[in-house]
Amino acid sequence: MTVATSPQVVAPKPRLQPTGWLRYFSFSVDHKVIGLQYLVCGFIFYLIGGLLAGAIRTELVSPMSDFMARDVYNQVLTMHGTIMIFLWIVPVVNGAFGNYLIPFYVGARDMAFPRLNAVAFWLIPPAGLLLITSYFLTGAAQSGWTAYPPLSITTPAAGQIVWILSVLLLGGSSIFGGINFIATILKLRRPGLKLMQLPMYCWAMLGTSLLVVLSTPVLAGTLVLLSFDIIAHTGFFNPTLGGNVVVYQHLFWFYSHPAVYIMVLPAFGLVSEILPVHARKPLFGYTTMVYSIMAIVFLGLIVWAHHMFTSGTPPWMRLFFTIATAFIAVPTGIKFFNWLATLWGGRISLNSALLFSCGFIVNFVLGGITGVALAQVPFDIHVHDTYFVVAHFHYIVFGGSVFVIFASVYHWYPKFTGRMLNENLGRLHFALTFIGFNLCFGPQHWLGLNGMPRRVAEYDPQFTLINQISSAGALLMAISTLPFLWNVIQSAIAGPPAGDNPWNALTPEWLTSSPPPVENWTGEAPLVEEPYGYGVPVEDFDLTAISGRDLWSSGK
Amino acid sequence: MQIPSTIITLVIGMVLVLGGMWVGQNINLLPIDASVNAPIYDELFQVLFTIGTILFVGILGLLVFSLIRFRRRADQIGDGVAIEGNLPLEIFWTAVPAVVVLFVGLYSYDIYDRMGGMVPLAHDHMAGASEERVWGGISSGSIANEAAANTLPIDVTAMQFAFLFHYPQGEILSGELHVPAGRPVTLHMEAKDVIHAFWVPEFRLKQDVIPGQPTQLSFTPTRPGRYPIVCAELCGPYHGGMRSTVVVEEPEAWDEWFNNNSTIDVSTT
Repeated sequence: MTVATSPQVVAPKPRLQPTGWLRYFSFSVDHKVIGLQYLVCGFIFYLIGGLLAGAIRTELVSPMSDFMARDVYNQVLTMHGTIMIFLWIVPVVNGAFGNYLIPFYVGARDMAFPRLNAVAFWLIPPAGLLLITSYFLTGAAQSGWTAYPPLSITTPAAGQIVWILSVLLLGGSSIFGGINFIATILKLRRPGLKLMQLPMYCWAMLGTSLLVVLSTPVLAGTLVLLSFDIIAHTGFFNPTLGGNVVVYQHLFWFYSHPAVYIMVLPAFGLVSEILPVHARKPLFGYTTMVYSIMAIVFLGLIVWAHHMFTSGTPPWMRLFFTIATAFIAVPTGIKFFNWLATLWGGRISLNSALLFSCGFIVNFVLGGITGVALAQVPFDIHVHDTYFVVAHFHYIVFGGSVFVIFASVYHWYPKFTGRMLNENLGRLHFALTFIGFNLCFGPQHWLGLNGMPRRVAEYDPQFTLINQISSAGALLMAISTLPFLWNVIQSAIAGPPAGDNPWNALTPEWLTSSPPPVENWTGEAPLVEEPYGYGVPVEDFDLTAISGRDLWSSGK
Repeated sequence: MQIPSTIITLVIGMVLVLGGMWVGQNINLLPIDASVNAPIYDELFQVLFTIGTILFVGILGLLVFSLIRFRRRADQIGDGVAIEGNLPLEIFWTAVPAVVVLFVGLYSYDIYDRMGGMVPLAHDHMAGASEERVWGGISSGSIANEAAANTLPIDVTAMQFAFLFHYPQGEILSGELHVPAGRPVTLHMEAKDVIHAFWVPEFRLKQDVIPGQPTQLSFTPTRPGRYPIVCAELCGPYHGGMRSTVVVEEPEAWDEWFNNNSTIDVSTT
C-alpha cells in the first residue's frame, strides 16, 4: 500500500514505530496498519486456497482419479477448507475490516488493546506457514477441515497434529481479536456517542465477537482432546477404547456452525455500510437490523446438530434443530428486505462496490433458500454430504462473504491508499466473478441431488459433463482475480488521487484524510450521531435537488 | 390511461406464484424414485422448490428492477428519499417469512413422520434400558414387530473401502445388496474402522455407519432395477471408490437368488 504521510504526522521526535513501508512488516500497534496486514496476508492465503481449489476442480474434470494421488487429493481438500475459512474469510471480515473501521466508528484513536491486537495478527502468518509447510514436510492432514475421528486418528499423525496446532493458533488469534472488539465497542466510544447511533458494522462485530468468545474455546478444547487421542492414545473419541465419535461432532459443530455466522455477520455489517453510501439513502430499519443481528447470534448458537442429522441423533433433537435452524431465516430475511428497501427509491451509483454488494444479495438469497431446505430433516437425509451441500455453503461463504470482501475493498480502497481504483476493471472483475461463481457452483446443486457425494476424487461417469461445466466456472473465477490484482497494484502507484471523501459518505472514517494519520484525527474525533443521514425528506424530494448534507460532507 | 401500481403488483405477484408452482411441478431435478418413501420425499422437494423459486425470482426481480429504475443518471446529483424505516412494512416482512418457515417446518415434520423418521422414538426408549442402544434415522418399523411385518433383516458391515451384506436368514455374505421389491428391509449397520455413510440416491435415504455405535435403517424398495450404493462420509483415500449396488428384484427372482446362494437348508426359510 502507499506510504503517504500527511503533514500533520511528521513529528520532530523519533517515532517508536517504523513509519515507511516497513511498518507493514513490523509489530505495529496502529489499528490501520494491523487491518491492512490482515487484509493483504489474508489475500495471499486466498490465492493459495484458490490454487488448491483449482487442483480439486482439475481432478474432477474427469471421473477417474488421474490428476493426483488419492491421499494427496484428500490433503488438498483439507487444506483448501482450512485455509479459506481460518486464514482468509475469518481473518479478513473480522480482523482486516474490523481493525481498520471499528476505532473510527466508535470515535477512538486505536483499539482497546493495541498490543494484543498485534499479537492476534502475528499468530496468523506462522499458523498459515505451519499448515502449508506440513504438506511438504510430513504430508498435510487428510481428514477434511472437519477432522472427524476415527478418520483423523487413523490417518498419518504428524500432518493431523500440525493441522491441530495451526487451527489452535488461529483460534487463539480469533479469540484475542474478539475480546478486543467487544472492549473497544463497549468501552472506547467517544463521549456522547450512544450505542444506537453506531454504524451497523459495529453491531455486526459485537455480535460476531460474542460468538467468537463463546464458541471458539469449545473448538480449542475439542482439538486438544483429539490431539491427546492421537499422541497419547487416550480414548475420548476413539471407539476401540470406549470413546464416542459422535460427541466429537457435537463439540466440533458447536463452534463450526457459529463459525458460519462469524464469517457472514461481519459481511452483513459491511454491506450495511456500503449500500446507503452508494444508493444515497439512509439504511432502512436500523433498529430491526440491530435486533436481527442479535437474534442471529442467539439462534446461531443453538442449531449445530443440523450438521449431524444422518449420524444418529434422537428424533426430538432433529425436530428442535430443524425448527431453530429454519427460524434463522426470519432475522436474516429482515436484513435482506431492509437492504432492498434501502436501494428502493435511491440514486444508485452502479459502481464496483455496489455491484459486488448486489451480487452478494443474489448469491446469499439462493444460499439461504437452500439452507432452509437443508434444515428440513427429511430433505437433508438425501443430500447431506453431497455436492448439494458443497454448493449451498459456497453460495454462503463465497457468494456471500467473499463478494462482500471485494465490495469492501472497492469501497474503502480510496481510504486505505488515498487513490481511486479503476472502475472499468472493477466491473469486469465483478462480471467475471459473478458468472464464474454461478457457473461453478450452480450446477453442483443438481450433482448432489442426483447422487454425487462430496470429497471424492472419482465419481460416476454420468456426472462428467456437469463437473466439466463447474470446472470451467472455476477457471473463470481464477481468471477474474487477474484484473483485480492488476487494478489494486497499478492504482496504488498511479491511481487518480481520491481526496478525503470521494463517496460523500457520512461515517467517521471518511471525515479524516486519506490515508488517515496515526491516531486517526489531528483534532478531536468527530461526533457522528447520524451515520446514515443521507437523502432528502420526501416533501422536498425533487429530481434536481441537492441535499445540504452532500455539500457539508464534501470536505472533512 | 395509467394502470394503478397496486394492480400491477398484484398481477406480478400472481404470475410469480403461478410460475413458481409450474416450475415446482414440471422441472424434475431428482433421480427416479425406487422406494416407498422416495415419492413422499419428492412431494416435500416440490413444495420447497416452488417456495424457493418464488422467493428467489421475486427478490432477484425486485433487486434488478431497483438497480435499473433507481440508478443514478448523469444529470442527477442529489440524494434519494430519506426513508429511514417503515414499521408496518417491517412487521409484514418479518411475519411472512416466519409463517412460511413455520409452514415448511410443520410440513416437513409431517413428511418425516410419513417416512418413518419418528418411529425410533419409542424404540429408543426401550432399547435405552437394555444393553445396546441402536440409533436410527428413517425406520419404518421397530425391531419388536419386524417378524410381524415380514421384514427382511440384513446386517451391513462398512469398512475401508467396501460394504458387506450379510443375510442372517440364509447365511449369505454378499458384496451387492439384493432386495425384493415390496418387502420391508431393515439394515443393521456397523462400521469396522472409520465413519462411513450408506446412501442410495434413488431411495432418498442416507444413514451414517458409525464405529462403536450400531445404526439401523429401514426402507421398502418398490421399483426393480440396479441402483448405486454410495459412501457419503469421507473415509480415506479411496472414499470416492467406495460404491456398491443395490439390486431390487421382483419377489420371485429374489427368492431364486436367495435360494441359490443360501448356505443353510432352504426349508428353514
